[in-house]
Amino acid sequence: MQESAISLAINLITSRDADLFEIIALSLRVSLVAVFISLIFGLLIGASLATSRFPGRQVLSILVNALMSLPPVVVGLLVYLCLSRSGPMGWLGLLYTPTAMIIAQTVLITPLVAALSRQVIEDLFLEYKEQFQSLQLSKSQQINALLWDSRYSLLTVALAGLGRSLSEVGAVIIVGGNIDHLTRVMTTAIALETSKGNLPLALALGLILLCMALLINALLATLNFSAKRQAYA
Amino acid sequence: MKNRLIRTATTSLLSLSLCTAIGAQADAKTVLIQSTTSTANSGLYDYLLPAFEQENNIKVNVVAVGTGQAIRNARNCDADVLLVHAKAAEEAFVAEGFGVERFDVMYNDFVIVGPASDPAGIRGSENVQSAFRKIADNEALFASRGDDSGTHKKEMSLWENAGVNAEASGKTWYRSTGSGMGATINTAVGLGAYALTDRATWIGFKNKSDYQILLEGDTVLFNQYGVTLVNENKCPSVNAESGQQFIDWLLSEAAQNKIAQFQIANQKLFYPNAN
Repeated sequence: MQESAISLAINLITSRDADLFEIIALSLRVSLVAVFISLIFGLLIGASLATSRFPGRQVLSILVNALMSLPPVVVGLLVYLCLSRSGPMGWLGLLYTPTAMIIAQTVLITPLVAALSRQVIEDLFLEYKEQFQSLQLSKSQQINALLWDSRYSLLTVALAGLGRSLSEVGAVIIVGGNIDHLTRVMTTAIALETSKGNLPLALALGLILLCMALLINALLATLNFSAKRQAYA
Repeated sequence: MKNRLIRTATTSLLSLSLCTAIGAQADAKTVLIQSTTSTANSGLYDYLLPAFEQENNIKVNVVAVGTGQAIRNARNCDADVLLVHAKAAEEAFVAEGFGVERFDVMYNDFVIVGPASDPAGIRGSENVQSAFRKIADNEALFASRGDDSGTHKKEMSLWENAGVNAEASGKTWYRSTGSGMGATINTAVGLGAYALTDRATWIGFKNKSDYQILLEGDTVLFNQYGVTLVNENKCPSVNAESGQQFIDWLLSEAAQNKIAQFQIANQKLFYPNAN
């Protein structure tokens, strides 16, 4: 079965299967946008937690760390209840659209980005603290410097977020509904083919998803490498 | 340099997200169906819907879940049309004012599948009642949907007919998967367990291993599919006009004939019976 899955995966790609490319494009669109929005909120939360000192900061950090374990199904259910026509945000008519999937994945990934970036920024902050004091930098200047200097580590944080969003199925299948040509992404297609007993095709789609992740990571690693070389040249 | 890079990346991603949001809203007329899985997984919609969509310029979106969940979603007004197979639950849905009226669309039947070795010897049983008793008496493994779907409701009524309280605790031979039809057959095949499935899912199913239909044809295995328009009075967001148009079309002679012609591996999956 594994062999037929591999040849099936190659066939799907070389024959430029239109449905497959549509699904891949939607997967990428939903996940990239979700990661981007999560970075805005997540880095803001992470940087604030790393550089501020206020009562309850520790508790909040632990809470954000714990939220990394949010099960996708639970996030999907919560977002479904909000976006359902009978829910508080039902009037927006967003359920079963790609936007709903982006919202669910943003909720899922933001804690991940916040928790990981807090640790990265906090480590650097402790190192820079005295310099910041002697230079008398403002809070926003400090955060700017920290974010810029930890950009390579933060890229890995973003990749972790992208990995989680590309691979999860529980949230998007509930709020997206796995509707053909509208909200079907790689993971929900895999779940569907598995439920049809079409295991070689499900496995082939899984392989293609893995290759997508590999490609994105390789691309970013190359960019990262050349940027570093320029920086230290 | 670095600022320009960041700005370009930001703008392109922002416009991407905006396009996504707008693209979702710019849809023309659509009908949202909450449906049972067998009609979707067997490929019936892929076969049937393009004709309707082209004739009427209405896009049909199908969310395929178990009948129980489909009814719950429709109750939350997240549907225009409900197409499932649990007549009593559908009639309750109408009686409570969530549905306008229920119509018969088509039928097929349930079958009991199991490994070729048939450990409880149900092959050739005179009816489901005796087959289920044999399974219970032999404590042979049985994989149940356990998800409040139409098939699960049918299975519960069959156990009751056989006088077996299958869901009582301590019955290790009775495995409730809490999953869809396909996932349950996958589990059954893995365990060597018996399972009840609708014929359409079974015919289209690809991971059969050495599994066979061991019992079929008993009249209690009749499986009726029905369609219901979600009621505008309960759910103002319903696209009643397009939904009704779809139902009228589904019950029309042309669509009913198309359903009758639908085959997989030279086998009929559904028998139209709208009156």
